[in-house]
Amino acid sequence: MTGAPRLREKAQVLDEAALDRALTRIAHEILERNDGAKDLAFIGLRTRGVTLAHRLAAKLSAIDGATVPVGTLDITLYRDDLDMRGAPVIRGTDIPFSIKNKHVVLVDDVLYTGRTIRAALDALIDLGRPAMIQLAILVDRGHRELPIRPDYIGKNLPTSRRESVAVRLREHDGEDRVVIEEPEEG
Amino acid sequence: MSLLIKNGRVVDPASSTDAVQDVLIAGGRIERVGRDLPPAAAATVLDATGKIVCPGFIDIHVHLREPGYEYKETVATGTRAAAAGGFTAVCCMANTHPVNDNRSITDYIRARAAVEGVVRVYPIGAVTRGLGGEELAELAELAEAGCVAFSDDGKCVMNAALYRRAMEYTLPFGAPVISHAEDHQLSLGASMNEGVVSTELGVAGAPAAAEDIMVARDVLLAELTGAHVHIAHLSTAGAVRLVRDAKARGVRVTAEVAPHHLLLTEEAVRGFDANTKMSPPLRSKRDTEVLLEALVDGTIDCIATDHAPHAGSEKEGEFDRAAFGIVGLETAVGLLLDRLVKPGALPLATLISRLSRDPARLLGLPGGHLAPGAPADLTILDPAAEWTVDPARFQSRSRNTPFGGWPVTGRPWKTLVGGGIVWE
Amino acid sequence: MGWTRKDLLAMRDLDASEILLLVDTAATLQEIAGREIKKVPALRGKTIVNLFYENSTRTRTSFEIAGKWLSADVINFSASGSSAAKGESFIDTAKNIAAMSPDVVVVRHSSAGAAELLARALPCSIVNAGDGAHEHPTQALLDLLTIREHKGHFEGLSVAIVGDIAHSRVARSNIHGMRKLGMTVTVAGPPTVIPPFVQELGVKVAYRLEDAIRDVDVIMMLRLQHERMTAGLIPSLREYSRYWGLTLDKLRAQARPDVLIMHPGPVNRGIELSPEVADGPYSVILDQVAKGVAVRMGVLFLLAGSRGAEQA
Repeated sequence: MTGAPRLREKAQVLDEAALDRALTRIAHEILERNDGAKDLAFIGLRTRGVTLAHRLAAKLSAIDGATVPVGTLDITLYRDDLDMRGAPVIRGTDIPFSIKNKHVVLVDDVLYTGRTIRAALDALIDLGRPAMIQLAILVDRGHRELPIRPDYIGKNLPTSRRESVAVRLREHDGEDRVVIEEPEEG
Repeated sequence: MSLLIKNGRVVDPASSTDAVQDVLIAGGRIERVGRDLPPAAAATVLDATGKIVCPGFIDIHVHLREPGYEYKETVATGTRAAAAGGFTAVCCMANTHPVNDNRSITDYIRARAAVEGVVRVYPIGAVTRGLGGEELAELAELAEAGCVAFSDDGKCVMNAALYRRAMEYTLPFGAPVISHAEDHQLSLGASMNEGVVSTELGVAGAPAAAEDIMVARDVLLAELTGAHVHIAHLSTAGAVRLVRDAKARGVRVTAEVAPHHLLLTEEAVRGFDANTKMSPPLRSKRDTEVLLEALVDGTIDCIATDHAPHAGSEKEGEFDRAAFGIVGLETAVGLLLDRLVKPGALPLATLISRLSRDPARLLGLPGGHLAPGAPADLTILDPAAEWTVDPARFQSRSRNTPFGGWPVTGRPWKTLVGGGIVWE
Repeated sequence: MGWTRKDLLAMRDLDASEILLLVDTAATLQEIAGREIKKVPALRGKTIVNLFYENSTRTRTSFEIAGKWLSADVINFSASGSSAAKGESFIDTAKNIAAMSPDVVVVRHSSAGAAELLARALPCSIVNAGDGAHEHPTQALLDLLTIREHKGHFEGLSVAIVGDIAHSRVARSNIHGMRKLGMTVTVAGPPTVIPPFVQELGVKVAYRLEDAIRDVDVIMMLRLQHERMTAGLIPSLREYSRYWGLTLDKLRAQARPDVLIMHPGPVNRGIELSPEVADGPYSVILDQVAKGVAVRMGVLFLLAGSRGAEQA
């Protein structure tokens, strides 16, 4: 990839413990808002949203004893033109259960412009007719370009456009941390 | 008008000359060749320092397409192309429309040449009526009308008995039959050489044997009849071997090779550009090596371009539907100088001989040497000129060449016919 | 590394990573066939023209479904009964269509090299749906996807391709694809339909069916066309089917119990394949057809989708 700026870490936003506490809180909020785990389904957006969805499901199971099904959604086929950066690679959608009449909670790591979530909504509606769709986000960094608002937020994090938010998870990156990065000068 | 060509490197194979000399021309003939000829002897002096002065080149295998296919080429445009390519004479094949199988067509061609021809034109008459391969054309009358040879080129006379009769019949005329050696049944449907490339491309190919079988047949018929058979556009190692063996036995066989069979192989067909489609097709690397060897040692007697103009629409579409053939008059000399002579694979004197003395002798044509009294047909080469083959600038009406864009060092500088400059 | 080519013309052009990208993309798109609403908006607003000079309802339908499931506008142009039948040249027809700004032209033609000619002449993406005996890349890709689905991998598998290899674009494309992915290929048939120098493509040659199918993982049978008989390549269909046709007893005698039987279709039942084999438990022929749609969706997506990115 030509021209991609090198990034360096500017600040740590969540450490391992804080990340875990945020997920625990979100799990409780989901249970409260939906009056229990009945009819719940988690659908994570590739790649880290899926990991977070699995963690949330594990937490819910620890709290409530319920087993919430987890599905994987790849929104590459639904992105609008402006979103198509470079040659697209599809990793695949895998939702091995019906979402009809379910309370689907979409899970993603970072919410930014909202276009990814818009694409995810289109995909979900093509795949079935859920009773309700809610949105759980680990970090909301602002700068929305569409009227999308999350139902569950791990952390609100105002950022500037030049910065980027990196969510690192044990399963992918060997550690649990959320950091802000910015392009190196020069 | 007299002309003195000064200080050129004169290469005249017929007299084994290769030296800086002057050539004095008067009355359309060569008057003297020698050192330091006085400039006052001539009305005009041409400074040929650094240039190579040769007997005028003769291309004995050209398709001028007139009458009938004037959209591809005419006598006028074809002879202009010849002059631009350094040729002072061409022999034109009979597959016009109507076919040159009777004297009225021969007369027509010669008349066009007299009015619009830029270089000398010697017609070749058909062997069979309409090139149908079934009945002999009126060969005696064709010879009388000025045909210098007979050929059904484009097609092979498949009927051996008929071809034998043609050879016998033309014996007294001193004009050979020129064979397009191709067993049409073996090559049926083929667009290229049968080999590893045709297998990979999924294009129907003709095996080398399709040519070799007919070369063998024609050589044996020549042996049987005592006739002179000239094999057109030799392209395979097998055919070379047959010609070499036949010559050793004393058979009156001669052969020509086209520049593209020396410079390109079947690999050029990858990419499906129909400017790499001709008959016989581009062959294997080994074939090109054997052909060059044979050209150098004289087994192949001369170089002939098989200049075959076609309209753009006939060469730009599907490969298997495209017409066969490429133009060659305007690229032959430069390419051979650059790709064979310069690297030392072909001696300069041999190249010049194969383009002038040898074709002239083969067909009994005037020219091919720079002796006093000979017609003042000269080809003057600039061995240092750097140019790029640009089909858009061809004198030919057609542009079908695979050599477009090739950078070349060496080209014809001036072409003289009968003492007059017809190209510069 | 994503897809970077303007066109998909030949398996010979692709390297192993590109082939795997195409196969993997197709694999992820298969699930669309199982949805209730078989549509994703990925190619919405893109125009695909199917330019078919050779009759082929099944391949054309496969491309049409693939384009429509991706929400593209698909136009079918068949050469007979059109300007081409009135004598318009291939290049002229193509330029006329190109003037209408399609994003992708899928072309099938009886002349080898036709797709490559179009790719040079037109600015839009060209997909080769079969050019004479030269290549049919989407067929090879769907064959590869089918094989991986059943065998789990490519490397080390052995394949026998049986039939009129000389005139088969399916054979050529598969030979290239399989070799690049580490499979060994044997071609088999009567010598008259095995092209010369075919070993240079890296394949083994067998002249007897029994030798070819012994212990291979995959047997791919090719369709024998009637014209081959009239061209003097084989004496009769009867003789061909007797010696090179695949029947159940030949299969049981020589082949592995987990062998896959494949065929690009349409099958000449009783000639190259007996009905029991064509419809039997070893056959994955219908599977191939299903994967054809997924493969073509993948190809169209990668060609038309990524070009959208260049303009963004």
